[in-house]
Amino acid sequence: MSGEHSPRLPERDQPWMMRTYAGHSTAKASNELYRRNLAKGQTGLSVAFDLPTQTGHDPDDELARGEVGKVGVPITHRGDMQTLMQGIPLGEMNTSMTINATAAWLLALYIVAAKEQGVAEEQLQGTTQNDIIKEFLARGTYAFPPAPSMRLIADMIAYTVEHVPSWNPINICSYHLQEAGATPVQEIAYAMSNAIAVLDASRERLGSPPALRADELMPKVFGRISFFVNAGVRFIEEHAKLRAMALLWEELGRERYGVQDERQLRFRYGVQVNSLGLTEAQPENNVQRIVLETLAVTLGRQARARAIQLPAWNEALGLPRPWDQQWSLRIQQVMAYETDMLEYPDIFEGSKVMEGLVQELLEGARREMAVVAEHGGAVEAVPYMKAALVDSHRERLRRIESGEQVVVGQNRFAETEPSPLTDDAEGGILVVDPAVEAEQIESVRRWRAQRDQAAVDAALAELARVARSEDPHDNLMLPTIAAARAGATTGEWAATLREVFGSYRAPTGVGEAAGAPASEGELGELREEVSRLQEQLGRRPKILVGKPGLDGHSNGAEQIAVRARDAGMDVVYEGIRLTPSQIAASALQEGVHVIGLSILSGSHRELIPAVMESLREAGVEAPVVVGGIIPEQDVAPLKAAGVAAVYTPKDFDITRIMRDIVELVGAGIPAAA
Amino acid sequence: MSEQGSALGARLRERDVSAAPAALNLLESTTQADRTQAAALLRELSPAKLGHEAPGHIVGVTGPPGAGKSTLLSALLHSWRKTGKCVGMLAVDPSSRRSGGALLGDRARIDFDPTDRGVFIRSTAAGERLGGLAWGTRAAAQALAAAFDIVVIETVGVGQAETDIADVADTVAVVVQPGSGDALQFLKSGIMEIPDVLVVTKSDLGQVATSARRDLSAALRSLGARTTPVLAVCAMPPPSGIEELLEALEEHRANLDLPKRRLSARRAGALSDFANEHGERGIRALGGRAAARNWLDQQEQELDEATLVRILEGRMGQ
Repeated sequence: MSGEHSPRLPERDQPWMMRTYAGHSTAKASNELYRRNLAKGQTGLSVAFDLPTQTGHDPDDELARGEVGKVGVPITHRGDMQTLMQGIPLGEMNTSMTINATAAWLLALYIVAAKEQGVAEEQLQGTTQNDIIKEFLARGTYAFPPAPSMRLIADMIAYTVEHVPSWNPINICSYHLQEAGATPVQEIAYAMSNAIAVLDASRERLGSPPALRADELMPKVFGRISFFVNAGVRFIEEHAKLRAMALLWEELGRERYGVQDERQLRFRYGVQVNSLGLTEAQPENNVQRIVLETLAVTLGRQARARAIQLPAWNEALGLPRPWDQQWSLRIQQVMAYETDMLEYPDIFEGSKVMEGLVQELLEGARREMAVVAEHGGAVEAVPYMKAALVDSHRERLRRIESGEQVVVGQNRFAETEPSPLTDDAEGGILVVDPAVEAEQIESVRRWRAQRDQAAVDAALAELARVARSEDPHDNLMLPTIAAARAGATTGEWAATLREVFGSYRAPTGVGEAAGAPASEGELGELREEVSRLQEQLGRRPKILVGKPGLDGHSNGAEQIAVRARDAGMDVVYEGIRLTPSQIAASALQEGVHVIGLSILSGSHRELIPAVMESLREAGVEAPVVVGGIIPEQDVAPLKAAGVAAVYTPKDFDITRIMRDIVELVGAGIPAAA
Repeated sequence: MSEQGSALGARLRERDVSAAPAALNLLESTTQADRTQAAALLRELSPAKLGHEAPGHIVGVTGPPGAGKSTLLSALLHSWRKTGKCVGMLAVDPSSRRSGGALLGDRARIDFDPTDRGVFIRSTAAGERLGGLAWGTRAAAQALAAAFDIVVIETVGVGQAETDIADVADTVAVVVQPGSGDALQFLKSGIMEIPDVLVVTKSDLGQVATSARRDLSAALRSLGARTTPVLAVCAMPPPSGIEELLEALEEHRANLDLPKRRLSARRAGALSDFANEHGERGIRALGGRAAARNWLDQQEQELDEATLVRILEGRMGQ
């Protein structure tokens, strides 16, 4: 069949690695889930950690309240990691961890757990998501300031390149940039700029403990950098984006880092397709969106993903159940095993359209990379990039609100039959048992009581010493692994480093975001209404916008803040990671007329009533509105707790939300005067 | 029903910092009813009523965006709290010309313990007012100075924008980052008034910071301001120069003729409020700014700002 001119490959390609981003409640429950997923044909693991673990807090920390076991699994010490990986042969598994700020710690726990199974660290394969710049830009689960964060990454790279050689110590994440509103050009340019910052930082810390010279190790390091990308529903352009990234990456390797080995120059990426575009309205439509987005990362052999994990159809509704995730795994399996896409060489080679798109993106990306370089590189350019992303996201929302960009079932073709998929009592999503949090608190206290405290104290003291050290050969991975072995907890490890490095609040980007375009009829009317209210109130209507809990996905809150400003309000934007008492204190001190809270992690059931209670205690009477991923059945309890209005992803028209908020302020005037 | 102005004023006089939020709601308000209450509040805190000037140290902190003001203020706040001083902070951000709204970002930028009741931060928008301060900032600073040990007014800008802050603060610190020539240029051209303390941030930048400090010192000397301290600080860990800055601020205040400074603050504030209310036409009716200033200088020293404004308005009507 496959003769000399056959259009087919001599041999069908191996499918990519198939994963499901999973984990919830407890290590034990997640371990059972992983084993079931592997039995279903999943070929790698992708661990979702809960927010306290990702930000370095133990379950009994005040900030962890409501978040334990919600968006992922809580891993507090080596015992949890052993339970999580029970019965899974770590020498053969390929594990991806979405962990970032605390990546060094979780890798250390993984290394210790593997050792317990009798597996040496040299054998371990996998990836730690560890791109901290994108946390400052988009995801918000950072723990330390930029400079020490970069050092932690560089130390992990320096350690793994010699001791865990098959591990990808970092994947540069363009994924979250797109979720934050990045255009394809921005996604490419900022991801490449982030990669440059990481590579430059790690060059300084290579060879610690000294083995090889830094310039000998650099090509190896380059070869271990992978990417975590996004793919939206405009799948032709999205595919072109990946080809452009592959070209740029190779060019960067050759020219900036002197890499020559073809294998080390290859652009390797894993992917989770777009969640931003998934709708709450007619959620079954998300299945075809996911399929099309997957084509973007599989169709062309030259830029095909190494590993894929797909979101579930109901992500805009809440946390997916195992069955929802199975559906997404089956999408991958149908594509890989039923279709013929793995039988051909690159099907876009020679396509003028593809070629043209790639060139266009390359030119745009090079220009934008130059701007970032002018700002002094990615770390220095965080405020610039953040503001640019907030702007892009606002433009995207404007297009959807105006109908220029069609979203089927949402701003067009919205008529629908009732969906049988969301018929059950929980509304077709996973609800984590609230008892989990108390259980975990109890469990970490037991753990602390039974361990050798002196050994833990000594290990943490050594960690602090190395953190303070200015010797480039003092690598943080060594005391981190020692602390993991001694039985320290996630919160203790992070607190030790916070003590040395200081804490940090990332720029919000909203202050720098440009004003709204001039042609906005509805917004103009709203401004007049705001001015009228100002006359009545004696002060310009003032709103507090913030995010309680640990969830750092601030895009929604940022857009509300910018739109409120554009409607003429004074906006106190408090950013992420606020405790209920903090929100109450701010509302009181700032004298705001209304409070907007955003929450996406599913912890609204615990956190919002807690905020309402704190506000009452502080004597704040301003009404509260809540936005986020909030299942229908949770709306009534929130209102019963005193919330004035609840907005979910189906309320995509932000100007309309703003109108409600202004009305709410107006309605409060007679009572307040 | 909001608390009456005089009651709030009395609470502040007793150094009850929990009266601050409600007091500021009144002082920032433009409705007639609130303004009457605000005047009553301020009367409770007048030097005559207190028997002395309000004891708090009013520190103005201004400088261009990106100069590191928030990081610096975080470090100062930390030091002040360590010595048990209560701090009230008035952060002023510019308003959008197009929408009239404003994004007030300081609360998110400044690192402080949110459960600490000894720290009070109020963010306000400058609105359409010129001069860098918001409506009510002056009155707020005067009121808070009765209850808090330190009152910080933070504004954005360099050059003409901080003239108002110089009128209202006891001590003005201008914050610049090394490498930006703005402050130097503005000083030399006389656009910028000479600050009481000049702060060069990011001293960890080494050579650039050192030469910025040297250039600014030279410029000040050539203007005859030999005593103005120029300090290099680094607010990022490990911080340096913070203690020296605190000392410089305290020293300035200690050497200050406070009643004189506060008196001129009240008079300048009255003129500024009058100008905002009645515009250039109002100023002309007084015979111009210089004449108005002279007239104010002849008034009784203990008159509060609201009374001074009324006197000016009465004169305009003549």
